[in-house]
Order: sequence, then C-alpha cells, then structure tokens
Amino acid sequence: MLRQFFILSCLFLSTVAFAQQHKHDHGHKHDGHEHNQHDGHDHSGHNHDGHSGHDHSGHDHSGHAHSDSGDGHDGHGHEEHKNNFVTDCGTPAQPHHHHGYDPTGTAIHHISDANVYTIMDMVRIPLPAIIYNKTRGLEFFSTGKFGAGHHDNGHYGYKDYVLYQGNIHRITCADFQGSDHYDVQGFDTAMIKAKEGKDIEKRYAIVNGKGYLLEQKTIWDAGLLGGGPSNFIDLSPTKNVVSMILVSLLLFLGFRSAAKAYTTRAGEAPSGIQAYLEPMFQYIRDDVAIPFLGDKHEKFLPLLMTIFFFILGLNLWGQVPFLGSVNVTGSLTVTAIMAIIVFIVTTINGNADYWKHILWPPDTPLFVKIILIPVEIMGMFIKPLTLMLRLAGNISAGHIAILSFVGLIFIFGKAGASLGGSLTGTALAIPLTLFMMAIELIVAFVQAFVFTILTASYLGAATEEHHDHH
Amino acid sequence: MTGTLAAVGAGLAVIGAGIGLGQIGGKAVEAIARQPEASGDIRGAMILMAAFMEGAALIAILLSIFMT
Repeated sequence: MLRQFFILSCLFLSTVAFAQQHKHDHGHKHDGHEHNQHDGHDHSGHNHDGHSGHDHSGHDHSGHAHSDSGDGHDGHGHEEHKNNFVTDCGTPAQPHHHHGYDPTGTAIHHISDANVYTIMDMVRIPLPAIIYNKTRGLEFFSTGKFGAGHHDNGHYGYKDYVLYQGNIHRITCADFQGSDHYDVQGFDTAMIKAKEGKDIEKRYAIVNGKGYLLEQKTIWDAGLLGGGPSNFIDLSPTKNVVSMILVSLLLFLGFRSAAKAYTTRAGEAPSGIQAYLEPMFQYIRDDVAIPFLGDKHEKFLPLLMTIFFFILGLNLWGQVPFLGSVNVTGSLTVTAIMAIIVFIVTTINGNADYWKHILWPPDTPLFVKIILIPVEIMGMFIKPLTLMLRLAGNISAGHIAILSFVGLIFIFGKAGASLGGSLTGTALAIPLTLFMMAIELIVAFVQAFVFTILTASYLGAATEEHHDHH
Repeated sequence: MTGTLAAVGAGLAVIGAGIGLGQIGGKAVEAIARQPEASGDIRGAMILMAAFMEGAALIAILLSIFMT
C-alpha cells in the first residue's frame, strides 16, 4: 500500500512537471506552422491583412471584420464572442490560444471517444479511419496523417478532414480545396445561442489564416447531445472499439486457458487464471442465474457470463491509470447496444404469461387495468433504458470525478503558472484520487454485477412458468 | 446562468436517492443482524433494490443535464 502510494505520488509530481510544460506549450504551440505554405490552393481573393504579422502574443483580433455582426448575434442578447466569425467560411482568423484551464472541457474531452489512442498525452497510436460521405463514398486512411499533437488536435489536414480534440471533423465550406497534406494552424470555437435557448458550439479550423466551419460526424442521439445527421459518417474503429476488441481478446485467451485447465488438471485445485475466474463464474451462476432463472439457467448462462465479464473487463481496462483511461462502458452507445441485446432476448423469450401480465393483467379490476397496461408497456422499454443509463452514468461519473481531482493541480496551479499552487493541488489530488480509484474499483465490480443481476431478473420475469393469483 | 436550475434538479434527485439508499442499506443491515444465515439473499436483494433506485435517480440527473 505504501509503495503504491509512493509510485502514485511520483506520477502526480510528474503531472506537475507536465503542467509547467503545458504553460510553455501555449507560448509556442504553433511555432512550426508560422510559415504559410500556400501549397496548391491560393486564396488570394481573400483578405490577408488580418494575419500578416503573426503576432501570437497580443491576440489582437482587430483585423477581423465585425461590421455586420451586430444583427447576427446581439439580437439574442448573447455576449459577443471574441472570435465570432461573420461568415463561416474563409474569414480571416488567427490561431487563438485559450489561456487558463477549462475543467469541464478537459473532463468531457477525456471521457469521449477518439480517433487516436492517446496514452498520457505523449504516445499517440494512429487508428484507421473509415469514413463515408455522400459525395465521395467510402474513404480509408490512417489518422496518423493528422499528426495529432497537444489536446489531440491535428497539425495537418487530409482532404477536407481535420482532427479536433481527437475526433475527425470535416470542413463543410464549398470553396475550400484541401490536399493530401496541408497545415492546420489551429482551431477555434464560438458559442452560438440557438433558438431553443441551448448554446451550440461552432468549431472552426484555421487553415492559411482563414477560419472554416467544421462539421462533426453523424450522431443519432435525438439532438440531446447536439447531434443529428451531418455530411459524413465515421465508421472508424475508434479508441473505444479498439479497447473492446483488446478486452474481448484478453477474455477469450483467459477463459480458453481456464477451460483447458479443467481437462488437463481435472480433479486438482484450480491455479493461475483459473483460480481468479472460477470464483466469479460460480458466484454469478449460483447467486445470480440459479435464483432468478431456476431450471432454465443453463440456457441463459452464456449471455449472463458474457455480459458480466465483458463489462467487468472494460471497467477495469478503463481504470488502469495512464493507459488511455478509455471510457467504453461509460459510453452511452456501448451500453445502449448491450441494453438492446437484453431487450431483444427478453422479448423473444417472453412466454404467454409474461405477455398476459403486460397486455391484460389478470385479477385486477378494469379501472386498474387502464392505468396498469400503459405503465407495463412503458416498463418494457424503461427497463433496458435504465440498464443503459445506469452503467454509462456510473462509469462516466467515476472518470469525471478522478479527472476533476487531477484537474485540481491545474486549477490551483493556474494552468501551470504557479508552482506552489500546483504542489498544493497535487497534495490535495493524491489522496482524493487514491480514494476515488478505490471506490471505482468497487464500482467496476458492482456495476458489472448489477447489470448481470438485472438482466437475470428481467429474463426470469419473462420466462417464469406459473403464477398463483389470489 | 442557464445551468443553475438544472443543478438544483440534480441535487434534489440526489437527495431522494440518498434517502432511498439509506433506507435500503439500514433495513438490510437490520435484517442481516436479525438473521445472519440469510445474509447472502438479503445482500442480493439489497443490491437489486439499490440498482432500481439508482436508475430512477440517474434518469432524473440525466434529464436535468439534457433539458437545460
């Protein structure tokens, strides 16, 4: 325990060093891109005055033409953003260095899926990108082309794709001509007040001193997260997908060697990985499957075990510190698919008794039936919905809590400006993060168990043979 | 200041969930103390109930996040 504490302390102190470096990074982040390369696409028709000096220190945006922005955004009572572009395409713009530390943005960035696998902001493993867009069809390339740097922002663009915060975005402007390799000077965002009162973030890439509006990949989330159909669909194996494949492979190898041990070491005491997996397997079978499913437990055991070990494996994989901290089981899409599988299995295996209880509850007066039937039908869909939300919510909450505690270093240290503050933040962050990680270790097991036990109880309710009604 | 009322909603949901968890945990511990031999079954039922309650609380919290 003491040794772990020591190791963790060392790692946190390296975070302070990183915070210091972070500060310097902001100073000359785009030094390598000061020279505009104008390769192949000449925008001579546009106004270049705004960025002729490349003055990165002053952040002087006086070169922007804000002539008709008054009726554009002020009418909504919205405080005008420093970088509100009048038009979305080809407006002169400079890389804007956001000083200070944004805890919310950082947390959201770290729990989100990404097109590169980043380990500790140092090692970046490029992943293949498979993109479908309506104009050019399927496209395959490596995200290594983007040359991702700090914050997983790409330094280069490929065709009309750029990498912003680890995710592929597409430049939508019609007049934009991309090439296979061009410099991206930076990114900027502007908050636009939508008519429903929701703030929508507009993202821009800055290429050759001009801002271009970006569009994100299509997300069918009913608009809850600002998604919807956009002009391209990202089918790439992202960080989450790669983690899922890795964990599945590990589980497969682990279980295969355990299964082998039952034939080669029959009758002997379990050893090695078998000794780890057997108690968990028996616990799920004896305390989850058999009490809820009785005689039919053998039929559903593979499903329950797969769910349990898949969730557990991914929960633990996401908690290994400094190994990408992937948030797979905290991603709503992953849990949604698992919940849909549970829903389909429950619905298919539901017997006549189950449907009778939903559609015409027996032994209840008519006026109760009128209330009960809609509630039961709603319940059919609410059950998988809560499965989905519970797992994603719990795991994401754990990740956000740990990120917030680590973020204390940056908040107290004023994003690397004050060493004393960073050390104070570190002194606070170490015990808090240790505590949170211990809690999360329990949560990893509990949430895998809860998902499994609820699946078993839904399946049990759907396949129950006989009821005595009094 | 749009997020303020949503935060109040999330807080109210957590208060309700806290009361519920306290009830579940307290009663389960009482039951285990009365019948230690049934502790396995009681623990399973406790976790199941806590999970149901947590689901309700999470729906409230997510609604307060999205419906700002």
